[in-house]
Amino acid sequence: MSAAFETRNTVDTLATQKYKYGFETDIAMDEFPKGLNEDIVRLISAKKDEPEWMLAWRLKAYAMWRKMEEPDWARIKHPPIDYENLYYYAAPSGPAPKSLDEVDPELLTMYEKLGIPLNERAALAGVAVDAVFDSVSVATTFRSTLAKSGVIFCPISEAVREHPELVQKYLGSVVPVGDNYFAALNSAVFSDGSFVFIPKGVRCPMELSTYFRINARNTGQFERTLIIAEEGAGVSYLEGCTAPQRDENQLHAAVVELVALDDAKIKYSTVQNWYPGDENGKGGIYNFVTKRGACRGARSKISWTQVETGSAITWKYPSCILQGEGSVGEFYSVALTNNHQQADTGTKMIHLGRNTTSTIISKGISAGHSNNTYRGLVKIMPGASGARNFTQCDSLLIGDQCGAHTVPYIESRNPSAKVEHEATTSKIAEDQLFYCRSRGLSEEDAVGLIVNGFCKDVLKELPMEFAVEAQKLLAVSLEGSVG
Amino acid sequence: MLEIKNLSASIGDKEILRGVDLTVPDGEIHAIMGPNGAGKSTLSYVLSGREGYEVTGGSATYNGENILALTPEARAAAGIFLAFQYPVELPGVGNANFIRTALNAVKRARGEAELDAVAFLKLARAELKNLSMPDDMLKRNVNVGFSGGEKKRNEVLQMALLRPGLAILDETDSGLDIDALKIVSDGVNALRSPKFSALVITHYQRLLDHIVPDRVHVLSAGRIVRSGGPELALELEAHGYVGQEAA
Repeated sequence: MSAAFETRNTVDTLATQKYKYGFETDIAMDEFPKGLNEDIVRLISAKKDEPEWMLAWRLKAYAMWRKMEEPDWARIKHPPIDYENLYYYAAPSGPAPKSLDEVDPELLTMYEKLGIPLNERAALAGVAVDAVFDSVSVATTFRSTLAKSGVIFCPISEAVREHPELVQKYLGSVVPVGDNYFAALNSAVFSDGSFVFIPKGVRCPMELSTYFRINARNTGQFERTLIIAEEGAGVSYLEGCTAPQRDENQLHAAVVELVALDDAKIKYSTVQNWYPGDENGKGGIYNFVTKRGACRGARSKISWTQVETGSAITWKYPSCILQGEGSVGEFYSVALTNNHQQADTGTKMIHLGRNTTSTIISKGISAGHSNNTYRGLVKIMPGASGARNFTQCDSLLIGDQCGAHTVPYIESRNPSAKVEHEATTSKIAEDQLFYCRSRGLSEEDAVGLIVNGFCKDVLKELPMEFAVEAQKLLAVSLEGSVG
Repeated sequence: MLEIKNLSASIGDKEILRGVDLTVPDGEIHAIMGPNGAGKSTLSYVLSGREGYEVTGGSATYNGENILALTPEARAAAGIFLAFQYPVELPGVGNANFIRTALNAVKRARGEAELDAVAFLKLARAELKNLSMPDDMLKRNVNVGFSGGEKKRNEVLQMALLRPGLAILDETDSGLDIDALKIVSDGVNALRSPKFSALVITHYQRLLDHIVPDRVHVLSAGRIVRSGGPELALELEAHGYVGQEAA
């Protein structure tokens, strides 16, 4: 029996690994009526006790969104989304908790189940966590410790009230309200997310982490993250996400904005494990996310690392605008799709300043009936003398029912720029599997080992404890795809 | 003990093995020699369970167990090790991690305690020293960028650490210079014990100067056509394989 046939057989016969995070939490919720109109935007703003300028900003975004059309250029297919049939705000009912003691114990139990201890004493040493449940931030740990070094780490809804000068200065400055359809929608209805401010010269003393969880049914999640690193500041930030297992699709449209001033460094890592739908493609999260970082200052650096194993559909292009002279942008990505998942993901590196450099390492793994597309843009503007880019896109196919696609756009308007692009597509070879198995490894362990080897250049960019987590996640996500 | 009785196997419609009979008692090293296309590599793949090779008749047991019914990994757990003629590259997979994962998989299957990273490294470094191999062998990715000789040495290192009961060496001597040949042979000889047996498949006699076999068998056109002591290898070296099939 040929290897391809054998692989297809096992793909067909083996049951898919059950999504481990698919449980639902039973908790009293506040929900606004379904559908979206100006009144809902006003309600969200009022619920958050927002100042007038914030409401005006949202209404402007809403008006723009109404005039826009959903983009259709990505290599993804889904039935039309009925935006009037969604809830735009869901939150645990009652007043916002002021400390961990006031958080609903049911919620704390849920985060325990996910392996995210919110109790500071029990928390992973050196990692501060902001937990976002449906639309609101429920707990942020280690805030006082961070405050001692001047770092602000809080729900963005709180930052709007407590630090309006910073929010007004930077919110929408990287991703303008009308940037794209999903960003405009997010700008109108975002209800929470994380805000991080690292003052001049401060290296954030611990890893910061946000944990997103969608729980409520028929609810869109629209979180907003804003991270600012002033001159010489540095921060490493990680986000993780899960959702219950549901038959209907759920929409997640987040916006993340990063700003790095002179000599600042921001490292943003994502381990995305939203519910991917079942083995027949039913259910799962639609993940339509806009992430962008601005290297405004000289020698600043923004590094995106993502491990994407979840979501029914992923539409996401974490990007860097390299404005400051000598600034550096990096994008390290592993996107794994199995069953009927679709991913269209990549990055944009926009070189504006002189001697700016960017590196793109993308690893796509397709299994089952999935489709995995790398889409990237490297743009060198006339002022970017001496700009350099290196891009490497590797695709790994498992079985013969899946697809891998690479769509790189390169635009250079400066003759001194150097742009390199390398791409490979490979299959897990039968001889590699046999070699591992003859040494005693099961076929599944062998695939896990080979896939992790394939992704090594990206995984080594993740903070240590999350790299271990990501490795396990890759193996689990492939269970049932090979045997 | 390995017992092969009237074993036939084919690849697609092509019959390669046509009734192989062979017994390798524990503690012995047997050599299989033969011309190209005789079925030497097919025999090693059939014994280790590679897909694409269909057994059409006969049996093969190791310590009384029918190995032909087992997955490749279950054969490894039963103590069978195949040293590849062309060791496979695994990009991004560290050699130490690979061997430790394999060793622990085998230990798990046998109900033995697994080794943690520290204990494994200690063991592996000691083995490297025995085999006169450099420490960086463990740090590099599995066979990636290895020379032909290094790849074969890596096979011997894996064998030394996995401690098989039966080793099948598929033309391990091909592409080796004399120094590498000696290291590989020393590695096999170091494993000799009353509980260890090996099937050394080779085209040339020179390997058998270093690994002296208890028995030599000639495989030709899918059958064992002659068997004898170590002197048979010398005779073949002098006169070639011509006429062996009729013998």
